[in-house]
Amino acid sequence: MTTSVLIKNVRLLDPAASSDETGYLGIRAGRIDYRGSEAAPDSAYGEIIDGDGLWLMPGIVDLCARLREPGATHKGTMRSETNAALAAGITALCLPPDTNPVIDNAAIVNRVNRIAKAAAGAYVHMLGALTKGLAGEALAEISALKAAGCAGVSNALAPVANPLIARRALEYAASLGMTVHVVSLDAALANGGCAHEGAVATRLGLPSIPIAAEAMAMRQWISLVEDTGARVHFGRLTSARSVELLTSALNRGLPVTADVAAHQLFLTDADLEGFNAMAHVIPPLRTSTDRDALRAAVRQGMIESICSDHQPHEADAKINPFALTEPGISGLETLLPLSLRLIEEGLLTPLQMAARLSLGPARALGLDHGSLALGQNADLVLIDPQTNWVLSSKEMLSVGHNTPFIGDTFHGRAVRVWRT
Amino acid sequence: MNSSLQLSADGRLRHLLTVEGLSRGLITQILDEATLYTGGGRKLPLLHGKTVVNLFFEPSTRTRTTFELAAKRLSADVLNIQVAASSTTKGETLLDTLKTLEAMQVDMFVIRHEASGAAHFFAQHAAPGVAILNAGDGRHAHPTQALLDMYTIRQHKPDFTALTVAIVGDVMHSRVARSDIHALRILGAKEIRVVAPRTLIPSHIEAMGVTVFNELDAGLQGADVIILLRLQKERMVGAFLPSTGEFHRDFGLTRARLAKLSPDVLVMHPGPINRGVEIEGEVAYGERSVILEQVEHGIAVRMAVMGLILGSEELQHENRRQRAPMNHAPR
Repeated sequence: MTTSVLIKNVRLLDPAASSDETGYLGIRAGRIDYRGSEAAPDSAYGEIIDGDGLWLMPGIVDLCARLREPGATHKGTMRSETNAALAAGITALCLPPDTNPVIDNAAIVNRVNRIAKAAAGAYVHMLGALTKGLAGEALAEISALKAAGCAGVSNALAPVANPLIARRALEYAASLGMTVHVVSLDAALANGGCAHEGAVATRLGLPSIPIAAEAMAMRQWISLVEDTGARVHFGRLTSARSVELLTSALNRGLPVTADVAAHQLFLTDADLEGFNAMAHVIPPLRTSTDRDALRAAVRQGMIESICSDHQPHEADAKINPFALTEPGISGLETLLPLSLRLIEEGLLTPLQMAARLSLGPARALGLDHGSLALGQNADLVLIDPQTNWVLSSKEMLSVGHNTPFIGDTFHGRAVRVWRT
Repeated sequence: MNSSLQLSADGRLRHLLTVEGLSRGLITQILDEATLYTGGGRKLPLLHGKTVVNLFFEPSTRTRTTFELAAKRLSADVLNIQVAASSTTKGETLLDTLKTLEAMQVDMFVIRHEASGAAHFFAQHAAPGVAILNAGDGRHAHPTQALLDMYTIRQHKPDFTALTVAIVGDVMHSRVARSDIHALRILGAKEIRVVAPRTLIPSHIEAMGVTVFNELDAGLQGADVIILLRLQKERMVGAFLPSTGEFHRDFGLTRARLAKLSPDVLVMHPGPINRGVEIEGEVAYGERSVILEQVEHGIAVRMAVMGLILGSEELQHENRRQRAPMNHAPR
């Protein structure tokens, strides 16, 4: 491996500095050691890359990726998934605690860290469980989880049915400086549904999830943030109503952040036609009005992060009538390509895209990342924004080939990744 | 949607999964074919040598029996398989079940399953030449029920464009309601209404081309046809309705309510009925009820569908020629 690299004439997307300019960037000993508009002495670097026509940005940080190890290695392994991530430009990702066993104690954190290190793919940050076993009944040992290295806590998709426990969990996490990551979905209102409550689910006869399932849970969490001042990150928003709630919370200065899964910016419940199990995701795909509100919030920066919500599955998991299939999309390898599509469609500038994929998620996790400044760790991704390619399951690196984007043509992809 | 899955390139029926996407011409053809089969009679050779499997993942006696009779009257070999939900959770997937049975040289599966989309799933995975006939998938579709309902309506009121049809009861969970709505729309019904308390009306049902009524008398005003839906009492009480008594008071079809309507209104029900819940006992077999006709027509319509999908062109032609004199013209 080359220890020093100089990338010449590359478009440098630096979200932390809000700068987008063409120049030279040098990497040495895992750090950015040169940046300028003038050529550095070429001979001083082991490798010179001509970056003409290419973009360089801080490595992508993915706020939600299931890796299936430990617990479900027939769907994916730490090695397969973190390496699929890395090849797709994701240098760090965040693993929610709903592994098997649940990440609710330091021993599991250490075990996952060991497996992740051996896998040598994208860096794995972990969210510890908010409650023991994610059962929503007793607080997990959040202090111990923090000491073991968890980047935050979450109850993943499992409900915290009792608001008093939710409130105490927020207070406890806040006193430790830990952000609580929430996927707002009221289990009683969701009622085991598998599709957005609307005309499509009604016509197809699919059990449905109303908007209120998300909005009510989000309102409850926001009420608790109002009382406690705890930091909450709202993950995987799906609806225009949630965007309104987020906007109102941000306008009142509440310490909240949010992300959206990349697929929510492109797909709607219309993609369920013909009982397309590849479009079965929880939280569900909603209407084009919702999708457009999510897009607007991403453009305005209200939603600071786009994530993959990666959920790889074995083929059998999707071979069943719709409601009986397992929800989720294998999303690592389309996170950057779909985000590039947002530029193509005029929604984001390249710099904004770089921010939503690196600086935004890094902030949600409290990481110092998202900058191309001198001295920064060289977690970087080099993008060719022009190359045309077609997503095929044969070429996917993730074990999960469950994505509705198979066969889609994309413009642009990661061509080189550096991870410290 | 899905019409490509159930229709061949030349517009012939390969499977019957849903009424949605069928043309008026094809529906009319099925109803016309069915007239050849009404009135019972001797066995016909149309499906001689064909094997039809009734694969039911939900318990059913009535529907399964009519499919069985339909297939047998067309000389098919019939196998009934009732699959307990438990056996598909023991590691054998639905696909395994299909493939295992397919290996026994089956020509048609008549499938009922509790999951919406199950028939589409089987059609997507069935070997070429193996037909899927949907006998009810979750809340999604029950196309032969809708066709027999249309057949029954047509017998009495041949001009669909003049009809106001009220569908009353648990629309939310009803595949019959959804398939009837599609069929009535395709046949050009003047007005389709769904009538129930809000808890039993699925959201955005208006997008299917219906008008929603939350009050029975208003919903029945001026109706030519009333289709009552079966109320699944076990899961309704408490969750969707306070009691079956209250439902009967507000939405049950009684003799008194019927008296206020046009004397030639048709009363229909896919069965089995809950006496004293969605319908008063004496109304069920009263003079305006065509509920038993529906059962009889069910066999003819299912014979027509099976014949169209599986019968050879020559035998179908021969069949039409022989049966034509016995044609029961619409009254």
